[in-house]
Amino acid sequence: MAEPILEIAGLVKRFGGLTATDHLSLDVRPGEIHALIGPNGAGKSTLIGQLVGEIAPDAGTVRFLGQDVTRASVPARVKMGLGRSFQIVQLLDEETALANVALAVQAHAGHSFRFWRRADRDERLLAPARALLDQVDFPEPRRAARVADMSAGERKVLELAMVLAGAPRLLLLDEPMAGLGASESIRMTDTLRALKGGPAMLLVEHDMDAVFALADRITVLVYGRAIATGTAAEIRANPAVQEAYLAEEGA
Amino acid sequence: MALLAEQLLNGLQLGVMLFLLAAGLTLVFGIMGVINLAHGSLYMVGAFGAAVVAQATGSWWLALLGGLLAAGVTGMVMELVVLRRLYARDHLDQVLATFGLILFFNQLMVLLFGRQPRFVALPAWFTGSVEIIPGVPYPSYRLLIIAVGLAVAGGLYLLIQRTRIGMLVRAGATHREMVRALGVDIRLLYTLVFGLGALLAGLAGIMAGPVFNVQVGMGEQILIQTFVVVVIGGIGSVRGALFGALLVGVVDTLLRGFVPGLLRGVLDASQADALGAALSSMGVYVLMALVLLIKPRGIFPAHA
Amino acid sequence: MREKIALAILFAAAVALPFLMRALDLPGGTGVATSILCLAFAASSLNLIIGHGGMISFGHAAYYGIGAYTVGILWEHFRQQEPIFGLIPGTDQLLITLPAAMLMAGLAAAVIGALSLRTSGVQFIMITLAFAQMLFFLFVGLKAYGGDDGMTIRRRNAVPGLDLRDIDQLYWLVLGVLCAWLFLQWRIVGSRFGRVLEGIRQNERRMRAIGISPYPYKLAAFVIAGMGAGAAGALMANYMRFVSPDIMSWQKSGEIMVVVILGGIGTLLGPVLGAIALQGLEFFLGGLTEHWAIILGPILVVVVLFGRGGIMALVNRLLGVRRG
Repeated sequence: MAEPILEIAGLVKRFGGLTATDHLSLDVRPGEIHALIGPNGAGKSTLIGQLVGEIAPDAGTVRFLGQDVTRASVPARVKMGLGRSFQIVQLLDEETALANVALAVQAHAGHSFRFWRRADRDERLLAPARALLDQVDFPEPRRAARVADMSAGERKVLELAMVLAGAPRLLLLDEPMAGLGASESIRMTDTLRALKGGPAMLLVEHDMDAVFALADRITVLVYGRAIATGTAAEIRANPAVQEAYLAEEGA
Repeated sequence: MALLAEQLLNGLQLGVMLFLLAAGLTLVFGIMGVINLAHGSLYMVGAFGAAVVAQATGSWWLALLGGLLAAGVTGMVMELVVLRRLYARDHLDQVLATFGLILFFNQLMVLLFGRQPRFVALPAWFTGSVEIIPGVPYPSYRLLIIAVGLAVAGGLYLLIQRTRIGMLVRAGATHREMVRALGVDIRLLYTLVFGLGALLAGLAGIMAGPVFNVQVGMGEQILIQTFVVVVIGGIGSVRGALFGALLVGVVDTLLRGFVPGLLRGVLDASQADALGAALSSMGVYVLMALVLLIKPRGIFPAHA
Repeated sequence: MREKIALAILFAAAVALPFLMRALDLPGGTGVATSILCLAFAASSLNLIIGHGGMISFGHAAYYGIGAYTVGILWEHFRQQEPIFGLIPGTDQLLITLPAAMLMAGLAAAVIGALSLRTSGVQFIMITLAFAQMLFFLFVGLKAYGGDDGMTIRRRNAVPGLDLRDIDQLYWLVLGVLCAWLFLQWRIVGSRFGRVLEGIRQNERRMRAIGISPYPYKLAAFVIAGMGAGAAGALMANYMRFVSPDIMSWQKSGEIMVVVILGGIGTLLGPVLGAIALQGLEFFLGGLTEHWAIILGPILVVVVLFGRGGIMALVNRLLGVRRG
């Protein structure tokens, strides 16, 4: 079997008396979509924080592409090929969609200690940016709009285009459906499905329709621990999962 | 040895003065998220208020009342008219607007009382000195300042730890959103906290009168040191303000007391004094830089 | 297009100003205009880090002052024919003193920035203020260079082909250097570096997530801004023929900051208009009363509270330019 893209072993994070991540181990294999589900407070956001490097774990290791990145900074991980979307989108609100993506392209194209040439007319940045907006189906007429004037759905899609600009090997998607309407969710699901086979994905999501439609494997997180990992069918049939999670969600 | 003891007492005295200013400033920082450069103006207004009343009536008690009243009223007007509109603004706007307030208050004092420094007589019962440490006679008025400052620190501790208002203040400094969510009248809380800060700053100004001269610009000299205290102690933390104030007070006083003397060993007297004064003035800023490099959020950070 | 025409008119008026002053029989006018340009220069450099990088430095006068003192100290050693530390000879050549001022200010900004940029928010404002105060007290204590009283520069620096004793020539020189700086800053802001800086101001977390470490970019901008302020200070010292620690006082830092906001933060010409407005206001109010600060203070408060975007926003509205 191919070596995993991401491998988490024995990860622990405590906040005071609360153990948010409790000896957690899981992996993400090349090309797969691995969904992470769990009730509120299960420690999903804390886990994402440790994977991207915003939160330092108390114990355990995170290996990305075979390298130990447990102590690596956020930019260092991103440069290695880690892409992440935020639960609450993080964009440059005063800029246009095109300018946002062009900046992400620029960040991937090497250092930015270039002080003279105008960046906003540089086709080496704009052409790939347009291609990325095409890839995520961002509507042409909205590309010159400022982020501050965009709908929640547009922002989510735009953020995905920015993430893809980094040519990621692994996508950490923190609730990509959150805040989206029903039709927008379906479109986002289609967009993510179209990416399948490219970067591997770790998908944190509450929208069960999307999870069951997309995920190859699902891990259920409760109180910072993985109580089960398996295919959609296996997870559905797992009594412990039903008790801890699905029943509550369905209620 | 006697000199060291005296310098330590001087440091303690400067420290409690700084604490009176820093306590209000740090709470306003911590709870409202406002940088108030004009906090030093309240100190100045308190000092002028007391000096004017003392000269007119000769009564130390009336002077105390006058100074507190002047600082308190000025503070409340300042909060109502300007600062209230700054809570939701970014730091840059706060710095600039309160910078404008400093210009206003300094010039107002010039207009009302002129540029000449005013001397304030010591209260009659505190003109002498006391030998609390054998062989070290120490002015009793300075001991009074230390006592008042420590009493205020104790009172603040009780207020913050033991009362409902104190509970809200503590919660406000660490979880601002939560206090808002509790349905507390946040505006009233803000006004109370600001008023308390203004009174403490005024009190510091009143007590400073007989020790330093009362003059325009006195607020800024001590304000910048107060900022150093607040940042060293950790923004929003009263305990940090006390610790930072005593640290800054003692370090500053000891440097001023001993560095020129040490330099005189290597330089001629006038150069040594000038350079010594400069180096000791720089001392507290070096201290602050060091603290921030090790603990970027101060020694007792209030916000998680 | 309207913008370009307005810019051309502004530039022509600036060049013609000395003639205008003579025609109006205002002999002091050109000198005042020179000092306004120096202030505008310092404010422009601060605008790079505040307006485009979101770094609220409350100690920018330190670099302004270092630039001025570089000219003063080099002059003093030139006058006494005694090299600094027995090594570096003094000079009165502006072509040497100006780059030297930028170098010294840039070095100071590199050291102070490297340390200060480890903090952010209120702590950053305060630590930049603290470092500036340190330098202020250092120069107060340097008796060899006048200490508290400051030092006089008996003659302005020499430039081949120019005579800076003629205030008109000094004015044009300052105008030329300022325009060159503004052009440079305009290119920087539009470059890849400028895009990154702008991104850091708007959302530092987003910048990390696309693989950019903010620190080196912030530091580079901080150093560039320090160098600009150093050049401005060097020119100011030449105009005043005097340097004292007052030039790096915290009030001066506040004043430079006020100019940026008054003119319009993050705009190219805002600081220039802000400097004109502030000095003009001081001049006008000073004519009304000696207590002009009592009016200026509340004006500042009102501008901050209600005047979003400063003078530049007003100008753009008048020109019919829509700006983000």
